Amino acid sequence: MDYFLELCLGGLTRGSIYALIALGYTMVYGIIQLINFAHGEIYMIAAFIALIVSAILTINGFTGVSILIIAAVIAILYAAAYGYTLERVAYRPLRNAPRLSPLISAIGMSLFLQNYVLLAQTPDFLPFPELLPEFEFMDPVAHLIGSAELVILVVTTVTMLGLTFLIRSTRLGKAMRATQQDMTMARLVGINVDRVISLTFVLGSVLAAIGGVLVGSYMGQINFFIGFMAGVKAFTAAVLGGIGSIPGAVLGGVVLGLTEALAAGYISSAYEDVFAFGVLILILVLRPNGLLGRTVRTKV
Amino acid sequence: MLELRNVSTFYGPIQALKGISLSVATGEIVTLIGANGAGKSTTLLSISGVAPPKRGEILFEGSPIHTLPAEKIVSLGVAQVPEGRRIFPQMSVRENLEMGAYLRRDNAGVARDVEKVCELFPVLAQRRQQLGGTLSGGEQQMLAIGRALMARPRLLLLDEPSLGLAPLVIRQIFATLQQLNREEGMTIFLIEQNAHQALKIAHRGYVIENGVLTLSDKAQTLLDHPDVRRAYLGG
Ligand SMILES: Nc1ncnc2c1ncn2[C@@H]1O[C@H](COP(=O)(O)OP(=O)(O)OP(=O)(O)O)[C@@H](O)[C@H]1O
Ligand SMILES: [Mg+2]
Repeated sequence: MDYFLELCLGGLTRGSIYALIALGYTMVYGIIQLINFAHGEIYMIAAFIALIVSAILTINGFTGVSILIIAAVIAILYAAAYGYTLERVAYRPLRNAPRLSPLISAIGMSLFLQNYVLLAQTPDFLPFPELLPEFEFMDPVAHLIGSAELVILVVTTVTMLGLTFLIRSTRLGKAMRATQQDMTMARLVGINVDRVISLTFVLGSVLAAIGGVLVGSYMGQINFFIGFMAGVKAFTAAVLGGIGSIPGAVLGGVVLGLTEALAAGYISSAYEDVFAFGVLILILVLRPNGLLGRTVRTKV
Repeated sequence: MLELRNVSTFYGPIQALKGISLSVATGEIVTLIGANGAGKSTTLLSISGVAPPKRGEILFEGSPIHTLPAEKIVSLGVAQVPEGRRIFPQMSVRENLEMGAYLRRDNAGVARDVEKVCELFPVLAQRRQQLGGTLSGGEQQMLAIGRALMARPRLLLLDEPSLGLAPLVIRQIFATLQQLNREEGMTIFLIEQNAHQALKIAHRGYVIENGVLTLSDKAQTLLDHPDVRRAYLGG
């Protein structure tokens, strides 16, 4: 039983990271029906920025949580700038082009960013400092979950609650929902749709950056390719939950994380990806629009 | 209040408007009638900045607006009830109304105006929490008009508000438009294929064919005009 719980908590941790990144895919898709293939690269770049910043801070005598916070904030700002620029440079000029064009542009940006980091850094894995704080727990919990996992779970949960609040109740959130439901009408009520799209990319990038810092620190090493794998998994989670649906992205991430953890724990970690994609295929056969996806809206 | 001078609008290579000139004075109801594909919706989308004209000028209260982005035009006081109503389907009636007031910052005033719209359209009052997408066609049309009013516009643009509605509902909606015009002095530019109803409440009217205005006169005169009777009033 303890083993099962331990696997579940591990799966939840992993899944919460997938969810965080999946939200970026799903928010962008919801608004402009584009699969932003370069999203995983934003996550990877944020991890690199955090690595560089924490190295500089360590040399200058900073310690402990202050490094984590400063590195995370700078990584988030960088990622936001990258997300904003990405949309301006690679997608906005193609807003009225056939749908295949921005998709190709997205793949191009993904390859470009990967290779740019490859050249600027190194193809090898670089060690990532342990930024997440270590602490002791009371016993019933201590052998089920580590402090790093707990930090990840808490940070991702708080982040997602914050996002939910933002989308439900703020002016920007309402503008995002209106733009998603009917872009022309959004313009007719006075929403600056271009700005909403930019901010959606920024928001998705911020979430990816939080994920990048957490995972870098948790796994202890990063290279230029981590964004690709994380992107594939998060994209799977988004499709699993129903692309375009925000609760769907969270649910999809959790389902994917749990599936992988249980498959790895009871069968073999060599097969975790097989099970992950098996679940994806199964769910898409049963529910083609994903777990929480809506059937395509018919225009009145 | 509104003036179009020689407006030409294109969709890619297709020219939808071929030099339209018309005007709407403060306090007037002016209607634009025409057949399918004549360019009626394009005229409204050009005014609202969604389909900006390639040539010509659009003036609102004397200043050019044809180069402004759509949100700026709304903020000047031009609100549109678009073709097909375009209710935000996953938002409640209340949220739809609040979206109409997106550019306003006076929350108390917005809340008061929600109540005012609910008085104007009592069916909406009972359905405040219902999702927009689940309303009937007539209710959606009332909500679309209410949403436009939430912007506190000085000029109200409507694109075929009678489309697909039962005669009773159409009469009710047109009566409300007339009431808005008489009691609140709302200036209205109304696009219709239902020429009879539209000309009955309008002061003046224009007829558009293939992107060109062919007639312009007092509404009553147009109602009696043989060409209009033949083409739009069934004889
Ligand atoms: N998005 C678009 N892309 C290309 N052509 C368009 C587009 N919208 C309209 N058109 C064309 O422009 C012309 C005018 O269209 P418009 O929608 O203004 O007509 P309408 O008078 O409103 O017609 P209806 O009564 O059917 O609503 C039509 O020939 C139409 O095919
Ligand atoms: Mg039309």
